[in-house]
Amino acid sequence: MILRFLIRIFPLVLLAGLWEIAPRIGWINPEALPPASAVAVAWYRLLMSGDLVYNGVSSLINVSAGLSLGIVVGMAAGVLMAWYPAVDAAVSPLMKSLYPMPKSALIPVMILWFGLGAGSKIASIFMGCLLPVVLSSYNGARGVEQTLIWSALGLGASRRRVLWEVVVPGALPEIMAGIRNALAISFILLVSSEFLVGQRGLGYLISFLGDGGVYDAMFAGVLTVAAIGFFADRVYLFFMQRTLQWRE
Amino acid sequence: MSERSEKAGEYGLMALRVGSIVVVLGAWQLTAMAHVFSDFLLPSLSSVLLRLYHDLVTGDLIRGIELTLIRTFIGFSIAAAGGVAIGVAIARVPLARWFFDPLVSVGLPMPKVAFLPVFMLWFGVFDVSKVLMIGFSAIFPVIVEAWAGTQNIDKYMSWSALSLGVGKKRFLWEIALPAALPQVFTGLQVALPISLIVAIICEMQMGGQGLGGSIMTDMRFADSPGVFSGIVAIALVGMVLVKAMELLRRRLLVWHQETQSE
Repeated sequence: MILRFLIRIFPLVLLAGLWEIAPRIGWINPEALPPASAVAVAWYRLLMSGDLVYNGVSSLINVSAGLSLGIVVGMAAGVLMAWYPAVDAAVSPLMKSLYPMPKSALIPVMILWFGLGAGSKIASIFMGCLLPVVLSSYNGARGVEQTLIWSALGLGASRRRVLWEVVVPGALPEIMAGIRNALAISFILLVSSEFLVGQRGLGYLISFLGDGGVYDAMFAGVLTVAAIGFFADRVYLFFMQRTLQWRE
Repeated sequence: MSERSEKAGEYGLMALRVGSIVVVLGAWQLTAMAHVFSDFLLPSLSSVLLRLYHDLVTGDLIRGIELTLIRTFIGFSIAAAGGVAIGVAIARVPLARWFFDPLVSVGLPMPKVAFLPVFMLWFGVFDVSKVLMIGFSAIFPVIVEAWAGTQNIDKYMSWSALSLGVGKKRFLWEIALPAALPQVFTGLQVALPISLIVAIICEMQMGGQGLGGSIMTDMRFADSPGVFSGIVAIALVGMVLVKAMELLRRRLLVWHQETQSE
């Protein structure tokens, strides 16, 4: 088991080894790619100085605020669109025409509206996460088997109960898949909006270190963000599989 | 419900459908004209449209779209070519699978934009780093779909081809790739919007004009009609690209059941 895991991740180990050796023996300029060990040391320093925690917490707060707002509003809008034809007719042309819009384009407007601080980041993340969640809830809720709804109604359940106990659970697999997309988008928007403006957050920390030429610390910051995004997705995936266990 | 009222209901829904967009646009114009918010926060729809028209006539708009699209497409082509090659290799060559599998499973869920400063450090702030950044961001979904598409070829089809004596190379070009095409295309349909998003982020961050660059310039000059017209332009470009991919998919996959069942 452990052996198989080691064989599986060996390519990663190989690359890490190459990353350590290549700058040291001069294949690559160590300014452009500080060796792995130097980056590890820089990461440890950042952690100990508190910069990593301070900016990391600020970033995580932005992501969770924007994402959870997007999930709540998006689910409500999507399910209501699927449930009431009038809401559908009024909202879905707007949603569908805005959906293909590259989400990053909204960052400048959010900066105009909400300033350089956390507000514009949360708003950008919210706007970016909203549409994927709306559309997946909409498709999920519309895909719920009509016979299930009819039987529940026929058995005397109120429309409200049917909505909560049949439609929402039935749409859950698709909703959760949509939220996974939104999670990925939220990190993209977080990092790019923090690169652009602000005095806080991991994106800010990275560009600050990069501008100052402290490249080993900059690499440490980049890898931290990548790792947080990666683990957030893994944790969510695990949670999603747990939640959807009742299917099948 | 009688047939007549059903029809009336349908017309009502259609009116809502068209009406909602008109209402939103009208509300935008009216709120701006009533100065509920300052012109800086919410420029009127008419001023934004005027600005778009102005940029169109002077040619700035076309130049911006051109620059952004060229970057997007070059980066997208890198992702498409590399992604299909790597994906097919993973599905068919055990060594490639051993090497790329962990890289892909780490790379796919990772926020790739975080590497922007690294690309700037390595490749500068001009087109090379933008294009490579786009390719790097968009390649993973293509790899995954190409891999899955090639892996899940109908067994009977590949057995019949092999037993009829098809060589390895012909099998790849005439069986494996066409059979994987629908799924490969799904990957490309995910990758193209990502390419556009990243192109715009790169232009915002590194400059170099294009739609993202000019929106950032307008923001710095607090020129909000410029920012809003930039967003409208970007939204239109995104919409056209997504639609074009859908049409292309229907064209390319004419022979596939997915198209014929429609």
